[in-house]
Amino acid sequence: MSIKIYVPRDSAALAAGAEEVAAAITAEAAKRGIAIELVRNGSRGLFWLEPMVEVQTGAGRIAYGPVEVEDVVGLFDAGFQVGGMHVLQLGLTEEIAYLKRQERLTFARMGVTDPLSLADYQAHEGYAGLRRALGLPATEIVQQVLDAGLRGRGGAAFPAGIKWKTVAGLKATQKYVVCNADEGDSGTYSDRMTMEGDPFMLIEGMTIAAVATGATQGYVYIRSEYPHAVATMREAIQVAEAGGFLGDNILGSGHGFHLHVRKAAGAYVCGEETAMLESIEGKRGIVRAKPPIPAIQGLFGKPSVINNVITFASVPIILSRGATFYKDYGVGRSRGALPIQLAGNIRFGGLVEKAFGVTLRELMYDYGGGSASGRPIKAVQVGGPLGAYVPESQWDTPLDYEAYAAVGAVVGHGGIVVHDDTADMASLARYAMEFCTIESCGKCTPCRIGSTRGVEVIDRIASGPGEQRPQQIKLLRDLCDTMVHGSLCAMGGMTPFPVLSALDHYPQDFGMTVPDRKAA
Amino acid sequence: MNEVASQAVERVIASTRQMPGALMPMLHGIQDALGYIPSEAVPPIAEALNLSRAEVHGVVTYYHYFRSEPPGRHVVQICRAESCKAMGSDALWSHACSKLGSDGHGVTKDGAFTVEPVYCLGLCAQSPAMTLDDKVHARVGIEKFDRLLAQSGGAA
Repeated sequence: MSIKIYVPRDSAALAAGAEEVAAAITAEAAKRGIAIELVRNGSRGLFWLEPMVEVQTGAGRIAYGPVEVEDVVGLFDAGFQVGGMHVLQLGLTEEIAYLKRQERLTFARMGVTDPLSLADYQAHEGYAGLRRALGLPATEIVQQVLDAGLRGRGGAAFPAGIKWKTVAGLKATQKYVVCNADEGDSGTYSDRMTMEGDPFMLIEGMTIAAVATGATQGYVYIRSEYPHAVATMREAIQVAEAGGFLGDNILGSGHGFHLHVRKAAGAYVCGEETAMLESIEGKRGIVRAKPPIPAIQGLFGKPSVINNVITFASVPIILSRGATFYKDYGVGRSRGALPIQLAGNIRFGGLVEKAFGVTLRELMYDYGGGSASGRPIKAVQVGGPLGAYVPESQWDTPLDYEAYAAVGAVVGHGGIVVHDDTADMASLARYAMEFCTIESCGKCTPCRIGSTRGVEVIDRIASGPGEQRPQQIKLLRDLCDTMVHGSLCAMGGMTPFPVLSALDHYPQDFGMTVPDRKAA
Repeated sequence: MNEVASQAVERVIASTRQMPGALMPMLHGIQDALGYIPSEAVPPIAEALNLSRAEVHGVVTYYHYFRSEPPGRHVVQICRAESCKAMGSDALWSHACSKLGSDGHGVTKDGAFTVEPVYCLGLCAQSPAMTLDDKVHARVGIEKFDRLLAQSGGAA
């Protein structure tokens, strides 16, 4: 019986040197004549500990990290392959407080299994959801998703079941299931982790959507900045096809579903669903006017279910455990759990899946351990580049779509980017506008021209004569108002969120001694 | 475009033209094979897909990822998005540009480097992040940048 050693293959682990560590472990084991089975698992999401190596022992898996190549000989000397004591030893993985205090529903398998092993996946509840779905009438599958209260995890938080119901109710020669994996928001990486660390979960969720709506073709649109995710998804699709989980006759049910990966090409706006459809169709990723909504006229003009990676990935557990199980987590109309991503200037950055209702303060201090620099935290951007900067006065607001909306912020995709007190909020506001000038698709004027004017106005506020400042700030607010109400999609419509929140909560960074109006 | 490149383009066109929405996979295939999409590749693509050359050109130039010119021998992509900014990527960017003599777009004069911005590599818990010749690196300070560069054999 050989010894099982786990070295993650997640790109965050690779970026910290996991490939070299895996090679060193293999070489050292061979040199010592120790038979090992090296498993390349996903990451548990404790990124300050990557590469985190685990060994299987009788008592459970024991973790070591962060392991560098230079540590490998010492680890073998300490007998780490049988759980030996070493300065890098972290104890039983499951007992690490950061992990133990989470509520991992969707991410339960993350870092535990070999991402490309169907046997491993099924041994950990994988495909239980699809098997159950195949025994249900299509309307009942949709009802489960509705009853679970699952809302779009990509940011818009639209109830997933309603989209599914619309598509299921239409008659068409062809329907599609499309996964938006264009996770372009800074501070977010849960989609990437899913595709690299548990790709069958996404495939299973999409397959359930296909069965529920009568779609037979599916696409996963993955950003080009994620080459490892692209490669892993392509491989996983082949494995699933070979195993009978994709293809003309899924598990002998008579349902057919074919899944394809489409690689994006670095346009942020293609994360907007209609721009994404244009891109898959082989065009410039320009936003479409709605209506018609994509559920009715989507990809190639056909009815299409479009959801984000985490939305689809949340479906298997809803089907396998039931809607009530899932719905029992969360607060208000935000049901279930969210894989939250701690990023930026944070000591313990990583993936924290918690039921809705957790606060930023808990996340940043109880999990994140405060700033990485050791300096006071000044501002936190929640929900990506289009999300508001949240000041300390709001850090106790429960993470809940409605509660965040009430304070002018967004939960979005659950990315949390922490800035310490060296951050200049006027420069971050300028960056938000500048990013919009770079990434605007150009279709609507408020976004295309408004963002350019926004950069100019912020420059004048920062470096122009002080007496003109109140006037320029009024101009900036007017401009933001036009962008919010006049833009075709969230790119131009939400770029003002970080800008206005910076202005409202940090007026001193714009050269104002008092807020120009009461902060929202 | 030399004979070899032209054959590669033909091969990619033949293997992708039947796909629904074939243009993106076709462009990716050509860039994977040649490192960029030569302007001479546009007419055969347009013909294969029954599109105008302007439509194909429009798609090639719309997307940041597609190159119309060959890249430098080494490609450095530095994340300039918020999370990496919070950990000092602006300083890393300035350092990289001045060290390699780049203006942050296109190829350096000696053809050795392409330095370009990227907006998020999904390594936001280990900012700042960058890629060097398709390999991802996390927590890249200025010293680590210089070390990675020296290891690549392309140290300026």
